[in-house]
Amino acid sequence: MNFDFLFNNFAELTVTGLAFGAIYALIALGYTMVYGVLQLINFAHSEVFMYGTFAALWTTMLLVGDTDVSTLRGIGVLLCSLVAAMAMSATIALLLERFAYRPLLKRNAPRLIALISAIGASFVLAELMGLRDRVAAWFGLDDNLSEYVSGARINRSMPSVLENKQLFPIGDYQVTSVDVLVIVSAIAMMVALDQFVRRSKMGRGIRATAQDPETAALMGVNATRAVQMTFLLGGLMAGAAAFLYMLKIETTKFDVGFLLGVKAFTAAVLGGIGNLRGALVGGLILGVAENWGSALFGSEWRDVVAFVLLVVILLFRPTGILGESLGKARA
Amino acid sequence: MLRSTRPKRAVVALIAVAGLALSACGTTDSGDGGDGEANGGGGGAACDLTLAFFGPQTGPAAGLGEPIINGAQLAIDQYNADAECEVAYEQIDSQGSPDQAPSLATEAAGNEAIIGIVGPAFSGESAAAGPIFAEAGLPTVSPSATNPALADNGWDTFHRALGNDATQGPAAAKYIQDVVGAKAVFVMDDASEYGAGLAGIVQEELGDLVVDTDTIQVGQTDFSASVTKVRSSDADTVFFGGYYAEAALIVRQLRSSGFEGNFVVADGVKDPGYLDGAGKAAEGTYITCPCIPADDPAVADFAAAYEEEFGGAPGTYAAEAYDAANVFLDGIAEGIDNREDMLAFVNDYDEAGVTKQLSFDETGEPSEVSVYAYKVENGEIVGDQEIE
Repeated sequence: MNFDFLFNNFAELTVTGLAFGAIYALIALGYTMVYGVLQLINFAHSEVFMYGTFAALWTTMLLVGDTDVSTLRGIGVLLCSLVAAMAMSATIALLLERFAYRPLLKRNAPRLIALISAIGASFVLAELMGLRDRVAAWFGLDDNLSEYVSGARINRSMPSVLENKQLFPIGDYQVTSVDVLVIVSAIAMMVALDQFVRRSKMGRGIRATAQDPETAALMGVNATRAVQMTFLLGGLMAGAAAFLYMLKIETTKFDVGFLLGVKAFTAAVLGGIGNLRGALVGGLILGVAENWGSALFGSEWRDVVAFVLLVVILLFRPTGILGESLGKARA
Repeated sequence: MLRSTRPKRAVVALIAVAGLALSACGTTDSGDGGDGEANGGGGGAACDLTLAFFGPQTGPAAGLGEPIINGAQLAIDQYNADAECEVAYEQIDSQGSPDQAPSLATEAAGNEAIIGIVGPAFSGESAAAGPIFAEAGLPTVSPSATNPALADNGWDTFHRALGNDATQGPAAAKYIQDVVGAKAVFVMDDASEYGAGLAGIVQEELGDLVVDTDTIQVGQTDFSASVTKVRSSDADTVFFGGYYAEAALIVRQLRSSGFEGNFVVADGVKDPGYLDGAGKAAEGTYITCPCIPADDPAVADFAAAYEEEFGGAPGTYAAEAYDAANVFLDGIAEGIDNREDMLAFVNDYDEAGVTKQLSFDETGEPSEVSVYAYKVENGEIVGDQEIE
């Protein structure tokens, strides 16, 4: 075990770990909210995220092309791709709710059926993206869109929009603008979501539905709207995560959602599934633990460290670190 | 609560969509079919024979298969242009997958018209299909499989037209020392048979120059811990053994963290996908490859003919595939019409190809091996020099 390396680079490993953990946390919110309301694990949420990364990629390609852009224009481009990613992910999440879940829930299908439906929807969505060149060809658009649909099964990268500037040192690590942007905006999003769920009328409806759908309905909460809202919020957060991911990694692929989805789900369970603040805590802990683990044992042990940590924490706290459900969140 | 009157419509629609998606990804063209044109006997050359390409035509690695298919196609077209009996060309699409290789190999072995195989293209599928070709006595010449262990299986039918990783590794190490001028090297690999094997050889050859090592996981996209390791090791050069998808992500993250040293990789990265994935960060990357550059004077005629036929410069391993096909075509021109004689012919072959003097030792390795260095300049992979 390489303790010297960990201690000498503690600041750098922690900051970059927090940045990636913040992305996990944003994706984890989608799992946690849907679980909180429906007691259902939305395995297609990873594809909601993946479509967001492509929306960010395409928007940037469309607005930037191969040229260098000024800082001001660059910020504009980034805002556009953030909006595009959130819109795309929210749309996919709502479509999922409408076509993969609502018909099943209406017929009171067992939870297991909804789970299988989610896995099926996940494959369909991923493969549609992975075969987008052929989908475009069906509509005769493959010539016009070739820049966007080519290389459907390999990594696609977006042009760098803003230079990654070194801002200020922590220890001997120069924190970069991307690190700061990712961590700060992820936390800001989560605070906003948390406040929305706690304080707004719609948020109260969501929490009421999570606690007891039938009583909530009797009190005048529109359960369908509440579920829709849950998917919408989860999709918006996944879109934001997709944008931040593209800012940091700049590369995506049709199956990028799989590994990140598993990690984000892990983060949600780690923090206590169904708990919004738990998703934040779980995501950040997972991101940092992966980096520290990679430093101590070597990068090939990254996933082993993450999942051993999960098992150990669940042994002592079976409901996760913060372990309450969405419905019981203090109002 | 069971009131399902109009039940399965959604499910059927879902299955239909999934079916469409799947069938779209699994199309397999069986190429030109197996019947050669019988133009009657006469002359010395044999008739009714087929050469087959074995490798990815579709699938995730189809990009690497295309130049090989075209290189062999060119050789066959040139032969057919003034031959009495045309040689047919069949493309066997393995999608580069070791799982699909055995059944396809059995099928090819059963087709008596096939007298030789250009391929299999990748090391994994070569290992899976090799025993079947050996049993059928169907000679193969691979233009691209570089795993050293393939030659140690005792398959009489196995040959390859390029150097293996055991020769590429030392050449890469030599290049890093002599040309790149590295003083401190960080060796990274992706734990694959190809990547870890190659990185291990490079590390051994470089000895004390190696300051630290790391192994990454394929499929991972965040390499911040590895980047921290590289920077804290004060290495001036990073060698990565692996494929282009991870190489592109690693070099991007290294450059954006401020690493200014050299990045050296091997033939698994020599693909346009690397340039697309890494963008500007790819600039200055050194790539070693046992494949001859398209602008090398030795292959000028070949490159010109290739460009005329396919409208682009020959890609990686196109010239090697051209050579591999020509080994068989020379045999056919001499009148060989069965696999047994063809195998003996290939084993004793010793003629000049466009890439090198082609002859094989008893394990099927080429007796002459050259490794070349490439460099990424202005967004293109250009030949740098041969590593002596």
